[in-house]
Amino acid sequence: MDATILGAAVINGLLLGGSYALVAVGLTLIYGVLHIINFAHGSMLMLAMYGAFFLLTKAKIDPYAAIPLMVVAMFAAGYVLYRGLIGRFSHGKDENILLITLGLSIVLENVALFFFTGDSQTITVSYSDRMVALGPALVPLPKLVSFVASLVLCAVLAWFIARTDTGRAIRAVAKERHGARLVGIDVEKIFAVSYGIGIACLGAAACLLIPSFYVSPSVGHLFVIVAFTIVVLGGMGSFVGALVGALIIGLTESLSGLFLGEALGQIGISLIFILILLFRPTGLFGGAR
Amino acid sequence: MRSWTVPAALLAVALAYPFVFRSNFAINFGVLVLFFALIGQAWNIAGGFGGQLSFGHAVFFGTGAYCSTILQLKLGWNPWLGLGASAAAGALVGALIAALSFRFGLRGSYFALITLAFAEAFRILTNAVEFTGGGLGLLIPLKRGAANFQFDERIGFYYTILALTVLSIGIAVWLKHSRFGARLAAIRENEDAARALGIDTYREKVKVMALSGALCALGGTFYAQYYLYIDPTVAFGVDKSVEMLLVSMIGGTGTVYGPLIGSFLITLVGEYTRAVTNAQGLSLIIYGGLLILIIGFLPNGLVDLFKLRWRRKRRA
Repeated sequence: MDATILGAAVINGLLLGGSYALVAVGLTLIYGVLHIINFAHGSMLMLAMYGAFFLLTKAKIDPYAAIPLMVVAMFAAGYVLYRGLIGRFSHGKDENILLITLGLSIVLENVALFFFTGDSQTITVSYSDRMVALGPALVPLPKLVSFVASLVLCAVLAWFIARTDTGRAIRAVAKERHGARLVGIDVEKIFAVSYGIGIACLGAAACLLIPSFYVSPSVGHLFVIVAFTIVVLGGMGSFVGALVGALIIGLTESLSGLFLGEALGQIGISLIFILILLFRPTGLFGGAR
Repeated sequence: MRSWTVPAALLAVALAYPFVFRSNFAINFGVLVLFFALIGQAWNIAGGFGGQLSFGHAVFFGTGAYCSTILQLKLGWNPWLGLGASAAAGALVGALIAALSFRFGLRGSYFALITLAFAEAFRILTNAVEFTGGGLGLLIPLKRGAANFQFDERIGFYYTILALTVLSIGIAVWLKHSRFGARLAAIRENEDAARALGIDTYREKVKVMALSGALCALGGTFYAQYYLYIDPTVAFGVDKSVEMLLVSMIGGTGTVYGPLIGSFLITLVGEYTRAVTNAQGLSLIIYGGLLILIIGFLPNGLVDLFKLRWRRKRRA
């Protein structure tokens, strides 16, 4: 095996992992606090990507400049969705939340299909095709930007959870919701805020992904199983875990594609997923459940 | 007396249906209702009666579809024989996945995730290897004749799927009244308490997954013979897993007739929207919305509506 090809595959794998991390950090936050699996994560990402797409094509707002706007909009969407629908309809049962988010993802995807058709859309910005030499690999600039941004996003979230009052309240609810209620924390509000933050991450992710990716109603499928794998691998609720997990998964996908071929290469992720669920369901960085 | 009047009336209606509604459209409609009722019931037996929420039941459906088709194409097996083989294969895959997952103590959402992962692994595998026809899928050559599971008239398919669906409902009735079903109910309500009562929870859960897998695989073989074509996405894709779950959830999980009611409603909505509009995805918007509304307002599914009326009538 040529060292250059291998080196390029490693770098591409790490960059891919960065993109995955963007999607997985929000999922791990939602899991860590709500202890539920948000099946609507992929379709919320899809919505955010259409948001970024239309902001550029209709309002001429550059995706990177649109990040603050999209983060706020997606936070609001997540908050309202939790308050108005998920929290109210689930009757406090985790399984119901799972099924409601599944129903939500079916509705969102098909509403998008209805309005935007099934065609894949791409955008062109001045920097879409710019390449940067990185060791043996020539990588597109937007991928490098999203990699760096995924590191920043993880750091910001880790700081937020560790240092701010809201972050402390979130940790308290995640650990012991009855105790949190007793010390005066509005648990339902914290649930909605956590869900909102998790979805807000997708707003940033969408803006960072769209310059080097396409958007279609089913684009979320590409990320959703991968994101679950990452969250379980890293340990549900751990940001560092999500980042490390995403890099491992990106590398796995890139290297198994290189050694096993395009079609069979995807199986690496499913196998890791099954093995980690069986042998260490708390993940690499997860504490005891 | 009441316990058998409803099922007897339903069966009579189902038997007479193709003689009353003779058009191809009507018979196809009946086949679809019964087909989704069958795979919905298969899901319901694991997810409703057994309480093991699965997001990857397509793994059994696809196993059945591919098993009988490969036996037929590569070894020249008669598809009726293949139907039996695929039930056995479905049971085996169900038992294996269950044995692995439950041996390692996976529950609830973790179990849902691992079933999803298994279905994905099977999909990728069938997509990648030559043996299963890869991404192009497998085409079953046309060879008409009831002996070959390829009926000249659709009505033959109708009665075949009717027999399979009646079998699945029969199993659900049995689960409702047998000791095995009672043990499953105990596990579903509180697994730790069930174990404390001396129930071998591991064994019961593996058994119910094998049973559910076998039924689901029968649906897979029927599908392959009805459409004479399967590919990895149709057989193992997330959509199939979700369809089974929807049918059962909307009708009512853990009930005998829930999947049939859910399947009737879903097929009706699907065929109606296809008839009045060619907009993509409209029926799925309705299914997803129904799922959310039912969880919000009718947690036991549409079956509850019937029960309410029943009770009101009895009181009057």
